[in-house]
Amino acid sequence: MTDAGRHPNIKLLTLSEIIDVKGYVGNFEVKILKKARYVSEKECTACGECARVCPVVRPDEFNSGLSSRRAIHSPFPQAVPAAYLININECLGHNPVVCAKCAEVCEKKCINFHMSDEEVVESVGAIVVATGVEAYDPTELDEYGYTRHENVLSSLEFERLVSAGGPSGGELIRPSDRKLPKSIGFVQCVGSRSARKGASYCSNICCMNTIKSTLVLKEHHPEIEIKVFYIDIRAFGKGFEDLYTKSRSLGVQFIRGLPGSVVESADKGLRVAVDNGASGKIVFHDLDMLVLAVGLKPAKTTKRLQEMLGLQLTPDGFFLEAHPKLLPVDAATRGIFFAGCAEGPKDIKDSVTQGSAASARVARLLHRGEMLSEPITAEVEAEKCKFCGRCVEVCPYGAISLDVKRKLPAAVNPAACAGCGTCAAECPFDAIVMNHFTDRQIMGQVENALTPAADKRVLVFACNWCSYAGADYAGVSRLQYPPSIRLVRTMCSGRVDESFIWEGFARGAPVILVSGCHIGDCHYIDANKWTVKRVEKIRKKMEKLGIRPERLRLEWVSAAEGIRFASLMGEMDRLRREVTPEEIAQTVRLLAKAPKENPEA
Amino acid sequence: MKKNSTNDGAPRIGVYVCHCGLNIAGTVDCPKVSAEVSALENVVHARDIQYACSEPGQQAITKDIVELGLDRIVIASCSPRLHEPTFRQMLERAGLNAFVLEMANLREQCSWVHMKEPGEATAKAVDLVRMAVARASRLEPLQSRKISLNKRTLVIGGGIAGIQAALDLADNGYEVVLVEKSPSIGGNMARLDKTFPTMDCSI
Repeated sequence: MTDAGRHPNIKLLTLSEIIDVKGYVGNFEVKILKKARYVSEKECTACGECARVCPVVRPDEFNSGLSSRRAIHSPFPQAVPAAYLININECLGHNPVVCAKCAEVCEKKCINFHMSDEEVVESVGAIVVATGVEAYDPTELDEYGYTRHENVLSSLEFERLVSAGGPSGGELIRPSDRKLPKSIGFVQCVGSRSARKGASYCSNICCMNTIKSTLVLKEHHPEIEIKVFYIDIRAFGKGFEDLYTKSRSLGVQFIRGLPGSVVESADKGLRVAVDNGASGKIVFHDLDMLVLAVGLKPAKTTKRLQEMLGLQLTPDGFFLEAHPKLLPVDAATRGIFFAGCAEGPKDIKDSVTQGSAASARVARLLHRGEMLSEPITAEVEAEKCKFCGRCVEVCPYGAISLDVKRKLPAAVNPAACAGCGTCAAECPFDAIVMNHFTDRQIMGQVENALTPAADKRVLVFACNWCSYAGADYAGVSRLQYPPSIRLVRTMCSGRVDESFIWEGFARGAPVILVSGCHIGDCHYIDANKWTVKRVEKIRKKMEKLGIRPERLRLEWVSAAEGIRFASLMGEMDRLRREVTPEEIAQTVRLLAKAPKENPEA
Repeated sequence: MKKNSTNDGAPRIGVYVCHCGLNIAGTVDCPKVSAEVSALENVVHARDIQYACSEPGQQAITKDIVELGLDRIVIASCSPRLHEPTFRQMLERAGLNAFVLEMANLREQCSWVHMKEPGEATAKAVDLVRMAVARASRLEPLQSRKISLNKRTLVIGGGIAGIQAALDLADNGYEVVLVEKSPSIGGNMARLDKTFPTMDCSI
């Protein structure tokens, strides 16, 4: 930690949050809100005089509220930076009449009540997302009595309780009477592996964390009786099984089955009822203290950051990597990488491994100082441009410029263009070519998807990042669906031109599905909002023409929703069967009469 | 290079239908697919192949590109999300532009999802390759351009993973901005007393 604080190449911004990210690989511009500390980071020597005179006493968050701190405080003794800070909401104020005691005693004069939050803009080439996890709050698991019984603790609280730097100086005491407990129980999988409350996934670290705690306890207090209530013990890592074996050999009892209830006795002891899986009987265990081995859940900041950076999440709320085996620390967006628990629960060793991996991936990307651009970008055919400005309006990246006054046609900045193709789909004059996903290329696919037996086919447009990946995931999961599906890949659902849909129906498609990333998850910031508008517009035109609008569907499928993709394909096939040959023939006739681009005109 | 630009004449497409061991061939009749598509317009050469992505597979395709003067390649195998970069590199090594490649997804989106309907899966595979051939005949070579990269890196989160990433980068000579929302770095790890498997303290 201190190394990171001192390193000449590291600029450390604490009390800081990302508020905006613009740009693309190699050229990100990041806006950071640096909150005021009210104590000069440079000047403060962490002498602590200020805290001694501060009259405001509050629970210490670092010690899970088991001890107290002042309004001006150091987060913990080894904090980096070591400087103190003021929680300004708790502080009585800088008016000498009211308080300002800390400022009076500070010899270095590093306390400044007028410090204000500042916005910092940083230009960077790559981003490593290492936002970590939060511990599960066991309040909702009422049966364990976490909120009712003083001697029921979360594993993180217990961690502070036995820490030498903790509230009791490392002395193991029971919260209710501050005496050494004679017996301690640990409950595993609190908030993990449950279909009912908390998360369904395994939080990875809790088994080993409990085993570690039993070993620490046995080392200092061999006489304490320890019982661990568990579903399975997962000691899969290097050296883990040895620790588990050692714990058992020291007399720690591992009892299969989780408590159904925890009742407090008059002396604040706890009676824990556990269903013995082997005998089928309820067994009661009397314990002085109970520790809930809480699981891990995604950090609260995950969702906001995901939206800002245009990333994807797995259904359990962690960041989705570009490939689970081959690109475990890359995001699907170029220039963004993951490290640690942001990508899923993991222990310290794995977090460190990922941190190093992410740094190697960054170096691999940046070391030359230049890279080849993705040539899949949009291009304007200047002579067709009518200066309407529609492309400028829909481009999520501000990559298109146009000067109406001087009659300069639209132009795409290829470095800023990410290649979603929304502009090409929206241009009313067909003046924009989306390279590698041109109208001609896609029309060729549509034609062949619907030949020779269009009525037996379901035409599906799927975006590369979410829906196409979701289709792949259905395949990887071996989920079976009807073989009538013919899928056309575009980079973004925003590329699906109105003319593709009319072409499909004109060639006899019974039903057409447009699919993309969920709103808010679009790989191209928010290009899919134009997909929504476009599909709605086409549906209205279909209705006017006398074509059932239900035959055109728009659905969002994420990269992780293989099951949803497969069931959606089943549904589309059922819809296809409902469309009669007469209905198809009538549609084909209607569209043959109407002009292609704008059939209702 | 002539092969890098669109030929004056009709496209010369090579189609390769990959068995992927039994992943595709277990359901889809690969020789039948390649036989059916060989008659398509612009298809100069079509064959099935054991593992297109393997070294011998890539060598065989490269050899065809050179000897038969192929200028568009259709690989009917797994998802392009997996091996598109592999085959693009292969094309470049063979002297073609990386973007005259089209993949038909016969594995994730055909053989694996229609495992009980080999006849239907084979028919669908033919369709998918036909769609790919149609697209391939209209593909144009594309050129990348150089973009400059800022060598600074932003690390969001000062827990153990973020610290490690920042230190490794910094030690390698890269400038790092390490952003942490709380007043100190250290994250959850700093709150732990002892850590497994070494049983030492966390800070």
